[in-house]
Amino acid sequence: MQRRVIFDNRALPYLLLAPQVAVTLIFFIWPAAQALWQSVHLQDAFGLRSQFVGLENFQAVLSDPNYLETVKTTIVFSASVTVLSLASALGLAVMADSKIRAASAYKTLLIWPYALAPAVAAVLWMFIFNPDIGILGRALNNLGYAWDYRLNDGQALTMVILAASWKQVSYNFIFFLAGLQAIPRSVLEAASIDGAGAVRRFWTITFPLLSPTTFFLLVVNIVYAFFETFGTIHALTHGGPGKATETLIFRVYQDGVVNHDLGGSSAQSVILMVIVIALTAIQFRFVERKVHYS
Amino acid sequence: MLTRRKLAVSTAAFALAAGFTGAAYAQQKTVVEFWHGLPQPLGGQLEQVVKGFNDSQDKIQVNPTFKGSYPETMQAAIAAFRAGNAPHVVQMFEVGTATMLSAGPAIKPVHQLMSETGSGFDAAAYIPAVRGYYSSKDGKMMALPFNSSTTITFYNKDAFQKAGLDPNKPPATWPEVADAARKLKAAGVTCPMTFSWPTWTQFEQVGALHDKPFASEANGFGGLNATLKINDPFFVKHLQTLIDLQKEGALRYGGRDNAADSLFPSGECAMIQASSGLRGRIIKEAKFNWGAAPLPYWPDAIASPKNSIIGGAAFWVMTSPKRTADEYKAVAAFFSYLARPEVDAKWHMDTGYVPVTLQGFELAKKEGFYDKNPGAEVPAEQLTRTATTENTMGLRLGNLPEIRNIIQEEMEKAFQGQQTAQQALDNAVKRGDTVLRNFERANKN
Repeated sequence: MQRRVIFDNRALPYLLLAPQVAVTLIFFIWPAAQALWQSVHLQDAFGLRSQFVGLENFQAVLSDPNYLETVKTTIVFSASVTVLSLASALGLAVMADSKIRAASAYKTLLIWPYALAPAVAAVLWMFIFNPDIGILGRALNNLGYAWDYRLNDGQALTMVILAASWKQVSYNFIFFLAGLQAIPRSVLEAASIDGAGAVRRFWTITFPLLSPTTFFLLVVNIVYAFFETFGTIHALTHGGPGKATETLIFRVYQDGVVNHDLGGSSAQSVILMVIVIALTAIQFRFVERKVHYS
Repeated sequence: MLTRRKLAVSTAAFALAAGFTGAAYAQQKTVVEFWHGLPQPLGGQLEQVVKGFNDSQDKIQVNPTFKGSYPETMQAAIAAFRAGNAPHVVQMFEVGTATMLSAGPAIKPVHQLMSETGSGFDAAAYIPAVRGYYSSKDGKMMALPFNSSTTITFYNKDAFQKAGLDPNKPPATWPEVADAARKLKAAGVTCPMTFSWPTWTQFEQVGALHDKPFASEANGFGGLNATLKINDPFFVKHLQTLIDLQKEGALRYGGRDNAADSLFPSGECAMIQASSGLRGRIIKEAKFNWGAAPLPYWPDAIASPKNSIIGGAAFWVMTSPKRTADEYKAVAAFFSYLARPEVDAKWHMDTGYVPVTLQGFELAKKEGFYDKNPGAEVPAEQLTRTATTENTMGLRLGNLPEIRNIIQEEMEKAFQGQQTAQQALDNAVKRGDTVLRNFERANKN
């Protein structure tokens, strides 16, 4: 058996790999190492004084009852955003995939929100839900429902979940639609002829055949909910009221950038990194078994 | 079509322009990098002030750069310092004062800069409440005050009229405020009163007005070992009053930071305690008659209120390994220009920030600004009405932005009924003290 068929030059494969390796080193390994170093130090804001404190930062973070609350909030938030944005995107994709009038117009409209920056999306939501200036917020209050997300934990969390999910639906929609269009029509037609209804066709044929897409989106969405919803939360609620909408990544920003607690913030980044590595490992080890690749 | 003549003219113009730039280079202007955190339209007005300085002489060029909000500007300056590339001057909000002072060799105190460069600089020219905030324990000016504001009350005269209240006699005490709020509510006003910057207006200012400490060690001026004092019965009673008014529908919590600002100009809320800097926006947006009044006080706690404390920002001089004496001289010249009464008064009249120098205040008076703009003198009067005590000089607490957030969070939980006023303030003190201890540890030499 011939092993090296492509490269007869020893250096070339390394050279071709070099850009990717360099990017990984500069943009991942180096910052990660910095975070590790800072997480075991106590520093003033200007970096003039720095002392080694061992695992004290981790201990301080993990023994803070507010941090554990934030972990809970993050779990609720991420699970809700993932489920909501996947389910609604799948629903919309199935509808857009069927033979309807002006399907391309719907598709375009559905993809639009993805082009918005998270902060811009949040401002749009504020114009809808702010109890003083928002169209719907004012209407709710006029109807006698006390809507004020600045002072109601549940309402605030619901709103950031909706806003963050809405933002992600477009992305999921594109992938689901592509996945749906890749499913051979002949299989579905054969099932129809055999007398399977629309619901049955969906759950026994379409959904299993979509599983690689769904799995990919599951990973992407969890990462999105963990890391990329910061802008939405920051612009809408600043993590409040109380700490009701503070997620882990929001607190990393808050402690590091606003509060200049670099040690504590780095310790949290390291914890967050471990959580996401663990989540990804679990997904690939267990969830992937249920995925059918044709 | 480009005729030969046009071509000749434009070539000449081009040559002339090139010649000017060449001349500027030949003169070797000293460049001063200046980072600020004022968004439009204030940022543009600040850049006009800088332009005024640049046009006033031909040896120094100050380059203003907008770096985002105050916290972002602070972050940018810290990152630049760490990279050995700090700007010459950075505008820093008042709550960042303790952090800047603890930076030690990263900053050059203004009094030192001015004496080293031999500029005739008189710290006593500044309003005491402003001077106190930016001075060291022994009274030396550490940063150059520039855009300072304070909290005042704005009220809607039309709504007052509708509720049967005297529109020319705003409530002066908290019991009168509560009474007015109830009457406004009875008259159908959905939001009788609100406040911006919850911690600043309801604890920092209320403490100063009543000569009560916000924290021990003279509000932190005495040392890094300060602890918070806001779970004192006085503050608990104050917060309880706010909670009660909110339950009755006489007060609305408008959100963190300046989120409540929009509620007054829109006509939604009839009274607001907010930064005096809100004035410009109210003039532009409000479609009703309004007035400005000093902050209310508790007559059972103090017979006549003390001066309020300031907000806003000051200019800090930063150091860098490659900085030359000429550059510091240029910064000193820039600062001397900013301290001129006419520059100060113009900035005050253009923006709604308070005049920071006594002479600037006098100049604005002399020009008849307050006769034409009734109520515009309220902030400066409130700041200067008494001599400062150790409780009214301002706050010198490490990581004050974080402590402000903690207090806001605990207040919000109390407003929701999840905890009592006492529990909220006890929690705030406990969490705030942890922040202070960490700051103390990280900044001990």
